[in-house]
Amino acid sequence: MADATPKPRPKPFSIPKQPMPEQPPHVRVGNFREVPYGLTPDLAILEASRCIQCKKPQCVPGCPVSVQIPEFIDLVAKGKFVEAARKIKETNALPAVCGRVCPQEEQCEKPCVLSKKGDPVAIGRLERFVADFERVTGNVEIPAVGAPTGKRVAVIGAGPAGLTVAGDLVQIGHDVTIFEALHKPGGVLMYGIPEFRLPKEIVQAEVEYIQNLGAKLECNSVIGKSITIDELLEEEGFDAVFVGTGAGLPYFMNIPGENLIGVYSANEYLTRANLMKAYRFPEFDTPLNKATNVAVVGGGNVAMDAARTAKRMGAKNVYLVYRRSKKEMPARVEEVHHAEEEGIEFHLLTNPIIYHGDDESRVSEVECQKMELGEPDASGRRRPVVIKGSEFKLAVDTVIVSIGNGANPLVPSTTPGLDTNKWGNILADQETGKTSKKGVFAGGDIVIGAATVILAMGAGRKAAAAMHEYLKTGAW
Amino acid sequence: MFPILETKEIAKNVYLQRIQAPRISKKRKAGQFLVLRRNEEGERIPLTIVSSDTVGGSVTIIFQAVGKSTTEFAEMKVGDTYLDVVGPLGLATHIEKFGTVVGIGGGIGTAPLLPIATAIKEAGNRLLSIIGARTKDLLILEDEMRAVSDEIVVTTDDGSYAKKGFVTTALQEFIDRGEKIDLCIGIGPVPMMRAVAEVTRPHGIKTMVSLNPIMVDATGMCGACRVTVGGTTKFVCVDGPEFDGHQVDFKELVMRNRAYLREEKTAMERIEHKDGKCTGGAAVPAGGGN
Repeated sequence: MADATPKPRPKPFSIPKQPMPEQPPHVRVGNFREVPYGLTPDLAILEASRCIQCKKPQCVPGCPVSVQIPEFIDLVAKGKFVEAARKIKETNALPAVCGRVCPQEEQCEKPCVLSKKGDPVAIGRLERFVADFERVTGNVEIPAVGAPTGKRVAVIGAGPAGLTVAGDLVQIGHDVTIFEALHKPGGVLMYGIPEFRLPKEIVQAEVEYIQNLGAKLECNSVIGKSITIDELLEEEGFDAVFVGTGAGLPYFMNIPGENLIGVYSANEYLTRANLMKAYRFPEFDTPLNKATNVAVVGGGNVAMDAARTAKRMGAKNVYLVYRRSKKEMPARVEEVHHAEEEGIEFHLLTNPIIYHGDDESRVSEVECQKMELGEPDASGRRRPVVIKGSEFKLAVDTVIVSIGNGANPLVPSTTPGLDTNKWGNILADQETGKTSKKGVFAGGDIVIGAATVILAMGAGRKAAAAMHEYLKTGAW
Repeated sequence: MFPILETKEIAKNVYLQRIQAPRISKKRKAGQFLVLRRNEEGERIPLTIVSSDTVGGSVTIIFQAVGKSTTEFAEMKVGDTYLDVVGPLGLATHIEKFGTVVGIGGGIGTAPLLPIATAIKEAGNRLLSIIGARTKDLLILEDEMRAVSDEIVVTTDDGSYAKKGFVTTALQEFIDRGEKIDLCIGIGPVPMMRAVAEVTRPHGIKTMVSLNPIMVDATGMCGACRVTVGGTTKFVCVDGPEFDGHQVDFKELVMRNRAYLREEKTAMERIEHKDGKCTGGAAVPAGGGN
């Protein structure tokens, strides 16, 4: 694949948004390959030429890591794909990931001036295209990093927040070590988001990029157990620590039957499928129960991932059980759309109340009740209210509880002086990531609760800047 | 990579391995476990740390070759490496001077009991031990347990060695002879732990058990290991592995440990066919251990 020849730029408003080719639903439910194929060079140039290069771009403030969007799109329009990728990498170390999993419709694409008259420029798809182009054509270049500062930084958690901090600080010249609890880096990108939405090969390539910048990676290191933060600071000679351990404590509903065999947390189901590759059992050792009828409880992106994974694992019927209506679903529109296309059956305004099991204690039925929407609650969404006498049962052999995650207590509970709120989230300044403990910064889901990849990266970006300042001056 | 320094079969199908893992060896305390993964395709297997050598930087594990993964572990030789070893995980045993402590190990459960018994003894307690197995060939760590115990009773279900009977019979005899027992620790197969808890319950003897449910990440992230204790769901990997035996829902634990019997059979058939031999199916879940 060579750079396509640039063509004279046509009038922006005359070109419609270019579609991204993807696997048809009936085909993709039978495999774990990525759903969209991505743009072709020609389509990318055409799409990029829709950008009118605003003098005061509205898209950039919409990006949590301030990618120089008009600049990179201009390079795409000129057919300079590799240069475009490097332009993005000046502010975003994980473009191939962000191009796939960012909610662009809520961020950069939302304020795009083109959206006033029609569709915004497909910024996310272009980001994905150039990042893939750079990687696939073997053009990834390692930029020169700053002279060694002599300062050592420990990053806890190799997820989106931690990788961003590591990437930023290592480029400045700090000596960075990333500690990861699992056997593979990437955090939720590796264990949570499925292969068909984010190929693991891409995550590995982006992590390798950060390692090639000079960051060290130690997997199998459970901070709080293998080694504590105090030991890192006092005995191992680290000057600062960033905690980006994510939202790794699955919530359950505490309803009868929730411990029956076949009732999984979304974390467990997805970890088995993605990280442990249960979809390739028995070639890989970790299994998942074979299921015909699956209920996924919840309405977020993780619920969509779980439902679509269950379908690919061979389930005949996958029911998505959500207690509010479609409008209140926290999942991205695109994810809901993909799930619907793949035949996921939505049971909206429905809430599980009891799981029933067979004589082997395997889940066999989920008893639900219907809900209606009442007055708005604290979140501003209308509160679901039970409709009396509306109970009904669905026959299921697997249930995936996907109602959110809390803060994993391993780090806070083993770090004296690190304050948390009543839900166990670490208290950290939003602008700097500074915690109550000197030298310790935090960001991402462990601070704000389960959110998105890019918000965690944004927090990592801000924390990295504050950490650099702290390492330079020592002022807290 | 974590090389194996020593491996031997210490009883029928029961293996002891010493693995180089300096960080874990320094950090671990009695009652904690680690997670091993053999290779890229491997599952994460939790096993109790039996002992460690902080100078040489090694840890010792003991396991029974029952499922696909543990059977493959057993086939590994000195110099072979585990791809991943992580730990120490779980809460350490609460150790203090209780007075008289009865430590009970059933079958492979004597392996996790040994480090706890050692720490209990070192804290100045009087330790009465009971170790048992179905039959003589399955008995492990008798000498090691004897060395830390003030008194030890060995039982075999079939009477092929030492005292014929169950560990609970010996426990009942301690109670009947008027021992004032301040704490009982029972580790072994779930039915044994349940039976121990039922023996001590009427006497109000505090009884701790160490649970070995199926785990995946073993850091509190997935909830595979959840168990009901006193009506509340706990995660064994981070809240345990030790719990009050009078509060544990053993029936649920037995059921949950059977979750992957079918898949385990498929996996075993694969290695049996590979080896061209048939050793019969193993009724222990993947991810079990401890």
